Amino acid sequence: MQEVHDYFKSLCPDLHVTRGEYDEDSRYPENKTLTIGQFKLGICHGHQVIPWGDLDSLAMLQRQLDVDILVTGHTHQFKAYKHEGGVVINPGSATGAYSSFTYDVNPSFVLMDIDGLRVVVYVYELIDGEVKVDKIDFKKTATTRSAH
Amino acid sequence: MMAEGVEDEEKWLAAGIAGLQQNAFYMHRALDSNNLRDALKYSAQMLSELRTSKLSPHKYYALYMRAFDELRKLEMFFKEETRRGCSIINLYELVQHAGNILPRLYLLCTVGSVYIKSKEAPAKDVLKDLVEMCRGIQHPVRGLFLRSYLAQVSRDKLPDIGSEYEGDADSVMDAVEFVLQNFTEMNKLWVRMQHQGPAREKDKREKERSELRDLVGKNLHVLSQIEGVDLEMYKEIVLPRVLEQVVNCKDELAQYYLMDCIIQVFPDEYHLQTLDVLLGACPQLQPSVDIKTVLSRLMERLSNYAASNTDVLPEFLQVKAFSKLNNAIGKVIEAQVDMPTLGVITLYSSLLTFTLHVHPDRLDYADQVLGACVKKLSGKGMLEDNKATKQIVSLLSAPLEKYNDIDTALKLSNYPLIMEYLDIETNKVMATIIIQSILKNKTRISTADKVEALFGLIKGLIKDLDGTVHDEVDEDDFREEQNSVARLIQMLYNDDIEEMFKIICTVRKHILTGGPKRLPFTVPPLVFSSLKLVRQLQGKDENPFGDASTTPKKIFQLLNQTVETLSNVPAPELALRLYLQCAEAANDCDLEPVAYEFFTQAYILYEEEISDSRAQVTATYLIIGTLQRMHVFGVENRDTLTHKATGYSAKLLKKPDQSRAVYACSHLFWVDDQDNIKDGERVLLCLKRALRIANAAQQMANAARGSTGSVTPFVEILNKYLYFFEKGNPQITVDAIQSLIELITTEMQSDSSTPDPAADAFFASTLRYIQFQKQKGGAIGEKYDSIQV
Repeated sequence: MQEVHDYFKSLCPDLHVTRGEYDEDSRYPENKTLTIGQFKLGICHGHQVIPWGDLDSLAMLQRQLDVDILVTGHTHQFKAYKHEGGVVINPGSATGAYSSFTYDVNPSFVLMDIDGLRVVVYVYELIDGEVKVDKIDFKKTATTRSAH
Repeated sequence: MMAEGVEDEEKWLAAGIAGLQQNAFYMHRALDSNNLRDALKYSAQMLSELRTSKLSPHKYYALYMRAFDELRKLEMFFKEETRRGCSIINLYELVQHAGNILPRLYLLCTVGSVYIKSKEAPAKDVLKDLVEMCRGIQHPVRGLFLRSYLAQVSRDKLPDIGSEYEGDADSVMDAVEFVLQNFTEMNKLWVRMQHQGPAREKDKREKERSELRDLVGKNLHVLSQIEGVDLEMYKEIVLPRVLEQVVNCKDELAQYYLMDCIIQVFPDEYHLQTLDVLLGACPQLQPSVDIKTVLSRLMERLSNYAASNTDVLPEFLQVKAFSKLNNAIGKVIEAQVDMPTLGVITLYSSLLTFTLHVHPDRLDYADQVLGACVKKLSGKGMLEDNKATKQIVSLLSAPLEKYNDIDTALKLSNYPLIMEYLDIETNKVMATIIIQSILKNKTRISTADKVEALFGLIKGLIKDLDGTVHDEVDEDDFREEQNSVARLIQMLYNDDIEEMFKIICTVRKHILTGGPKRLPFTVPPLVFSSLKLVRQLQGKDENPFGDASTTPKKIFQLLNQTVETLSNVPAPELALRLYLQCAEAANDCDLEPVAYEFFTQAYILYEEEISDSRAQVTATYLIIGTLQRMHVFGVENRDTLTHKATGYSAKLLKKPDQSRAVYACSHLFWVDDQDNIKDGERVLLCLKRALRIANAAQQMANAARGSTGSVTPFVEILNKYLYFFEKGNPQITVDAIQSLIELITTEMQSDSSTPDPAADAFFASTLRYIQFQKQKGGAIGEKYDSIQV
């Protein structure tokens, strides 16, 4: 939706969007990769990955995109998962929108602080009217490949 | 002609200034040599320049100011003279020997100033003498400036309370009397200007008069500054006398200016206590006076007074301010039959603002004001005056801003009636304002009745009002409008299930009148609100009170009928998504037939309405993804739906898409948390089919382009083999995996293959994954042990 797109652009001009199942705008790609610092990131809404929300299937996408961090959505449930190939992050729904996956959608979003070989994931959740913040650390180890 | 006149005036002014400066020069010489006689002689000559009739007020003022400055020096000289032994009384008499009356009076006022300062006579006596002597000048411009001079020099010498010139008792009265008299005479002179000169120069005269108005108004200002003028005196003496002059002068310009002056200059507290008198004067004014502006400004002042100072509110009630103002407005509107609509609305707008500030709890007052508006607007048809419509928007926005709660505005019975008089565009503008107010204040609209009333108010956005579709509507604007309606729908909520269902039905009723352009915006939020309600119901037990209550089934029925309407748009892709969402919700309620029905509808849409290849791909994934999560279907239903889904997958246009969709279908036969859905054979069948399709794609590419396409689909399928291998599907053998790995390796090394770094990286990371699993040890390690990479 143009309004939301413009709003995000006002927060940060460097905006990357991938297509969700209700997005009619066909200019958004199905998935996208980008490099930030030492990390390769991939973005994909996730309705294309069956079964929905299945971490092993998402890991496969991660291998396919060849990224350290995969950002995905669709389920409106916050998840941060580390496996041998890297990290899968689902920031949940920023608005707490209806989801068939969970009955209690708490609005949430994620900020990632990428610094060298380390990324700190801050997750902000609105639970019962209060903002709760949590933090997860990930480090790229020697066994994982470095970004091309 | 005009230009010539202006040129002449410039010349005369220049001559006047020259004459003035020349005499001033000699006057200075006389002052320096303490020559009183010469000082008087030359000052009188200097002042004679002010006797001219040739200058416009604007230019006369320039001359006057120079004279004023010179007279200050003279005044200082007079003071010195009295200290040197000259008697002030003699001086006072001496200046009256000046040949012409105008210079004589200027000199008299100047001496008078020194006289009062000397305190040799009571201030009141000198002032009285001066104000009466000034009667000698009846020429409007000259008289006004002379009296203005008198006002200026007397300003700090009034016998006010606490002033050093305060005499015996009642001296404040004398001060007031002096100012009132000066004011009255000045106003008379000012009004007289209107009638001088030929009729064709009326506009010019009015312009000139306008330039002089502050001279007259200053007196009122002075009155307001007199300490001794308390509420009592204002009420008994000052206001009645001023109003008497205002009414009796029968001059439109003066009346308008002075009424406004009174309102601006005196404290609001005074106005409150003299409302009767003030408002009573209004009907007595000339009919051409713009009384509505005066009243509006009065109400504005009083509104601000109330707003900034809540402890004066009881006073408002005590003097019955509202009813007095209401009546006054009514009378004015009645009297001025030709008052344009803009004027009426402005008046009521000011009154409404007043009411909201002073009587926020009296909704009946606010409604009364709106009602009076409606009455005045009725019979005039829809408004065409832009300014008037803007005023109405302002009028209608006031209660929204005040109460921050659409609830209250909804209680004003006349509110929707006024909106009837807005043209379509403005109606939409107003509707948008209403919605914005709700969104901003996060107002919960919680009953079906309120929703009904609200949607009545915003009907301009809900449907096409005059029955015809407006093609000129800007696409972006339309989208924004409808998005705000969609947001609004999300805000409508009540915890009580029955009430919420009523709300949903009400909203549905309204949005279905919106037509094909609006449905894609309004149906989705309604659907999701309904699904949320279904969830709420799931948490509760069956209602023991029978069929009248809301059940998930009833809601699903409604949903089915609602999503159906999207076929009129047509919006098959959106409808498909909504059907699938409903299917999932039905699944959670264990309603197999309902879920099956939703799937059927989705499939029909897929087969009949969705023909775009890309759309088909996405739709296929949504179908597979949803179906994969269904646990409510019995074997037969599940088989039917699955069979169809795999069919769609295999018939997608592009081979790679086919391959992917088919292996996605493999998950339909293996669901982790449902033991009865773990059909290893069917899984393998899917994967093999996907492989065959991928192979065919390679061959086609080779034939068509001379080089085989990407091996990526093979790598994807390999990953799926690994997935099910790990899950324990006995049909997935190590051999199968091994040969797939070899196949890919061979393909990648073949001459006819196009280099594909992405595929290479994918394969590499897949192999790494296998390594990693081998090294994990335990059951997994064992499994992977025999796979060679």
